[in-house]
Amino acid sequence: MTKDRKERFGFETRMIHAGTQPEPITGARQTPIYQNTSYVFHDTDHAASLFNLQTFGFIYSRLTNPTVAALEERIASLEGGRGATACASGHAAQILTLFPLMEPGDDFIASNRLYGGSITQFGKTFKKFDWRCSFVDVDEPENLRKALTPKTKAIFVESLANPGGVISDLEALSAVAREAGIPLIVDNTMATPYLCPAFLWGADLIVHSTTKFLSGNGTSTGGCVVDSGTFDWAGSEKFPSLAAPEPAYHGLRFAESFGDMAYTTHAHAVGLRDLGATMAPMNAFQTLLGIETLSLRMERHCANALAVARFLESHELVEWVSYAGLESSAYHDLAKKYLPKGAGSVFTFGVKGGFEMGIKVVEACELFSHLANIGDARSLILHPASTTHRQLSEDQRSAAGAGPDVIRLSIGLETLDDITRDLDRALKQATK
Amino acid sequence: MSEPLFYNDEFLRGILAGVRSIAMVGASPKWNRPSYFAMKYLQEKGYRVIPVNPRAAGQDILGETCCATLAEVPDPIDMVDIFRASDAAGETVDEAIALKDSKRIGVIWMQLGVRDDAAAARAEAAGLTVIMDRCPKIEYGRLHNELSWGGFNTGIITSRRRRTRIA
Repeated sequence: MTKDRKERFGFETRMIHAGTQPEPITGARQTPIYQNTSYVFHDTDHAASLFNLQTFGFIYSRLTNPTVAALEERIASLEGGRGATACASGHAAQILTLFPLMEPGDDFIASNRLYGGSITQFGKTFKKFDWRCSFVDVDEPENLRKALTPKTKAIFVESLANPGGVISDLEALSAVAREAGIPLIVDNTMATPYLCPAFLWGADLIVHSTTKFLSGNGTSTGGCVVDSGTFDWAGSEKFPSLAAPEPAYHGLRFAESFGDMAYTTHAHAVGLRDLGATMAPMNAFQTLLGIETLSLRMERHCANALAVARFLESHELVEWVSYAGLESSAYHDLAKKYLPKGAGSVFTFGVKGGFEMGIKVVEACELFSHLANIGDARSLILHPASTTHRQLSEDQRSAAGAGPDVIRLSIGLETLDDITRDLDRALKQATK
Repeated sequence: MSEPLFYNDEFLRGILAGVRSIAMVGASPKWNRPSYFAMKYLQEKGYRVIPVNPRAAGQDILGETCCATLAEVPDPIDMVDIFRASDAAGETVDEAIALKDSKRIGVIWMQLGVRDDAAAARAEAAGLTVIMDRCPKIEYGRLHNELSWGGFNTGIITSRRRRTRIA
């Protein structure tokens, strides 16, 4: 047999090996940190080939760096995509993912339950680029159809929303995107590729804040855009940055010259070149290390989170718990479909007594760290209404699942009894 | 839509290691065309690439004189690389089949997006090896770890140390 099905390694193998062959010159097995800005050309012709995108190689670390590239390939492999572009943060990834798609005056549709920081970036800052965002309740696909305009270039949702245990019906949303001839962009930060293979459910592009579960220890900010390689950019007039001649590269058409590699090539050669939000090599290294244990951590994160959610649901001082892994959740069926291995480890609950009590519980915790991050090995706690979601209006906060009584937890990997005991003690102390 | 094609890495490695001369049908003298990118890259990797394109016949492309037809290529051809639309590829395949003995042609490679299953079956029946809907530049880069430099998913996993010559 000369031809057969493409070999496929399992998820755990790819988590450890994808993108990181032994370094050939020295034999170093762990990925070197290429703390380096620029790369020597063989001669002027080699330099010209690189600048013209005619050959593969490194020019300058704003565009590509060997350690960062190793991380990109690893995330692309875990998501089952064609290529990936790492960048400085999750917010940078959101700009970078839309940049090849949007022209001034264009619009896109996003879920009104996105993480509050995303709502601020999309609704306020993007207006300065003349990019418009319509926020809709994506639980009802009809809402998206109504919000579509001839200038709509993408649909943006989170597979699992931060903070409130809300799950997007990716299959239904992808059907709307297909009808409209635009890509579905899925933020897979909270679910990770281990819990949710979003490309299999119809996502065209996936974005990550790698700061969270992928790095896993709260060491390094980072973001990543993964392209499925399956969207036909040249098939309509909607995406001139990818399909029309690019003046900065002497009339080269990305879609024609690079085929299914067009989006990722553009994201580096134009996106990172001009937006400059590059990931640092050290951060890429830390994130590669984190990903080596992703499946093990996610299993424990999910098991601990489900146990803590059950504990809180039966607690006398707790009003409600919003975790899609609980049978009581309106999103439980979607969780079983899209997140069968577990509904993640970030969720919210409402404490009896509202805003004031919420603040008191957060401040009474001993083991939980009061900070604005998620996806750490440590358990984290936050009162969104007074912190991460402060910039939003009251209506926006309620829509985003961050009302006055809401407390957000990111359940870590500590001993389960220690986690529940800390919460129990904090709840009781707050009511004294 | 036809089923996607799968070629295993050893099969592709064998072809890329075995051929030395490539006739590139549809080669362009314009430096910003995809065929020019591929030709320049393959030359850098040590292949001799002979451009074939009636509209550029007699012109110099990257140091090689462009031939009008495959039949006019003066030297043996290990592989024919087809940069033409799918509906025109069959014609080139039939020319290659007719010339396979005189030019010692062993492989027909149709570029990314180029596919003609019927023509491929004719070529295989004539004893030729056929690859469709792939780019030799991209596959060479993928198999030699260069595609990884751009953040692409190569599908290659190995803990063996690659032998490299210090250039």
